[in-house]
Amino acid sequence: MSSDLYATPEHEAFRETVRKFTEEQMRPRARDFDAAGRIDKSLFKQMGDLGMLGLRYDPAYGGSGLDWSFSAVMHEELGRSDNAGATLAISVHTEMATPSLAQFGSDDLKRAYLAPAIAGDTVSAIAVTEPDAGSDVAGIKTRAVRDGSDWVIDGSKIYITNAANADWLCLLAVTDPDAGYGGFSQIIVPTDTPGVRYDLLDKIGNWGSDTGQFYFEGVRVPVANTIGEVGRGFQQQMMQFQDERLVACITALSAMELLWDETKKWTDERVLFGKPLSKMQNTQFKMAELWVQMQAARELNLSAVRRLVDGKDATTLITAAKVFTVGVCMRVASECMQLHGGYGYMKESMAGRAFVDTRLGGIGGGSDETMLQYLAKQLGF
Amino acid sequence: MKVMVCLKQVPHQDAKLDINSDGTWIQEDNIKFEINSYDTYALEEALRIKDADADTEVVVVSIGPDRVTQALRTALGMGADRAVHVNDAEAFGSDALCVAKVLAAVAKAESPDLIFTGLMTDDGNSSAVPPMLAELIDVPSATGVLHTEAANGSLKVERELEGGAIEVVELPKPCLASIQTGANQVRYASLKGIMQAKKKPIDVKTAADLGVSDVASKATIDKVYSPPKNATADILSGSTDEIVSGLMGKIKELGVL
Ligand SMILES: Cc1cc2nc3c(=O)[nH]c(=O)nc-3n(C[C@H](O)[C@H](O)[C@H](O)COP(=O)(O)OP(=O)(O)OC[C@H]3O[C@@H](n4cnc5c(N)ncnc54)[C@H](O)[C@@H]3O)c2cc1C
Repeated sequence: MSSDLYATPEHEAFRETVRKFTEEQMRPRARDFDAAGRIDKSLFKQMGDLGMLGLRYDPAYGGSGLDWSFSAVMHEELGRSDNAGATLAISVHTEMATPSLAQFGSDDLKRAYLAPAIAGDTVSAIAVTEPDAGSDVAGIKTRAVRDGSDWVIDGSKIYITNAANADWLCLLAVTDPDAGYGGFSQIIVPTDTPGVRYDLLDKIGNWGSDTGQFYFEGVRVPVANTIGEVGRGFQQQMMQFQDERLVACITALSAMELLWDETKKWTDERVLFGKPLSKMQNTQFKMAELWVQMQAARELNLSAVRRLVDGKDATTLITAAKVFTVGVCMRVASECMQLHGGYGYMKESMAGRAFVDTRLGGIGGGSDETMLQYLAKQLGF
Repeated sequence: MKVMVCLKQVPHQDAKLDINSDGTWIQEDNIKFEINSYDTYALEEALRIKDADADTEVVVVSIGPDRVTQALRTALGMGADRAVHVNDAEAFGSDALCVAKVLAAVAKAESPDLIFTGLMTDDGNSSAVPPMLAELIDVPSATGVLHTEAANGSLKVERELEGGAIEVVELPKPCLASIQTGANQVRYASLKGIMQAKKKPIDVKTAADLGVSDVASKATIDKVYSPPKNATADILSGSTDEIVSGLMGKIKELGVL
């Protein structure tokens, strides 16, 4: 099925490393991360030491120069951490906040920010969404005004993952309000810069990630912190969203594959009306249907990965994969919760948590409607 | 110094095991495999010697079919220097003595200062190979080792005894230690290690290449089965005397003694 994509012994050996890491360092502590509302920052260092944080990045900055197939292997395994928030926190760092820097950043900027991020010495966050603009990215208001060789930044960003753990933000700001789509820039803002402040937000799910709102008041960072060209931020961010969306699909689906496995075990063990729940035809049909849906989502995700590995544009496939995978994952979570009965409604149940965790998929990283709007346009509407 | 580590690839601990059609072993077709957990501790113990003394060479040895390459690649990715893969249909899955004979032939060819093995395998559970191997090459051995300390001419080990006691033994080199789980914190193969392993050699050999013959198993497995699930349990109740006599009655009835 996916064997051609993951054909080399290195894929398999790397999968084993990530699987062990996930099983030993993440799953046993999953509920601790929930209680803390964030993952232990030292995990990033551990992952950096194992080479997990710069798979596709230039070896000159500590990366491994590999392709998306390795990223897919890694996130398939991390998705089984039994903590959607923890998985999200890591994937924000590897696939949502650093790709633009790796692709467009200057050598100096990459030495200063990408190399430590790959090593796991620093943690990054992506700051696009604002209280008054999410789906409508071009509607953001956070302003960076040039003052000599500095940007002076004022504004606010909301629902930012890794808010507490982040050492720097990949911030999208308006640098020229009159230039339309050419008026945005991606700027690296260290979180300890004077004038940067954040509050944590209380979420209904994804408890293992630290989501917050940032405020910027007269924040000064060098213009040299701009990623790529001034004025290209919007376009660069649209490209960065592709990695974000694909990783969201991969991690959410592998979390649901784990939930499906656990639910199957549960239905074998749960006895009602004198027989295991798994012996009821309704259970079997539901589980089989969910399995089919997951296979389809998996293949769609892998076709997107394949296109990226082949060096082709995958925007349409990734967009399709996101809207489809999100739907499948929400359905799996909901049906598995149903099969768990009252226990499924408990916070400690994997199914119950999945129910709230997967709901993020249709909102974050571009809502379902945003995906469909794009697809409709591609389809000639 | 040269350390030889013997490792076996076994079914993954999460693999769902079905019995094969003739009921003599498990179905191996669609399951995942991994390095026997005991052996990962043995490998880690060897790699720690290498960490402390870069001149150390760690050679991993495994007997098994093609799929074993994956286990050896992982071991090389973790830091072993080279691998010997005995890919021999007769030797694979053979009895403990034949497996020990094949490993002894590798040990003779390699003449390592130390041989580390796992205490037992997750699948076979026999613990027989390590002491047999030590006997065949005539070196001292210690089993159930929780800690090793390599000195110039010897290896000091701590062995786990019943009841939690620890025995300290010093073995002159060359020698063999079978390592208990939990002896150390096993490292992960880093991506860098995995990529470097691509260039490390895996030497593939048959038993004949090693000069050993007659390695096919002398023991045959008649039947592998899961204990029947619905066997009923009789709970004996009453005074101690009543329970004891009830139990004696059961034993007689079943004719097990
Ligand atoms: C847990 C969590 C973590 C997040 N992490 C980050 C992060 O790290 N960085 C970051 O920048 N952002 C992050 N976000 C923000 C997320 O990306 C936004 O919430 C998302 O883009 C939607 O924006 P919005 O909330 O402003 O909703 P809005 O844009 O106001 O959309 C509201 C609703 O309007 C509808 N809608 C939207 N577009 C259309 C359309 N074209 N046609 C018809 N209907 C439409 C949809 O139903 C949509 O859900 C996170 C959000 C959450 C909940």
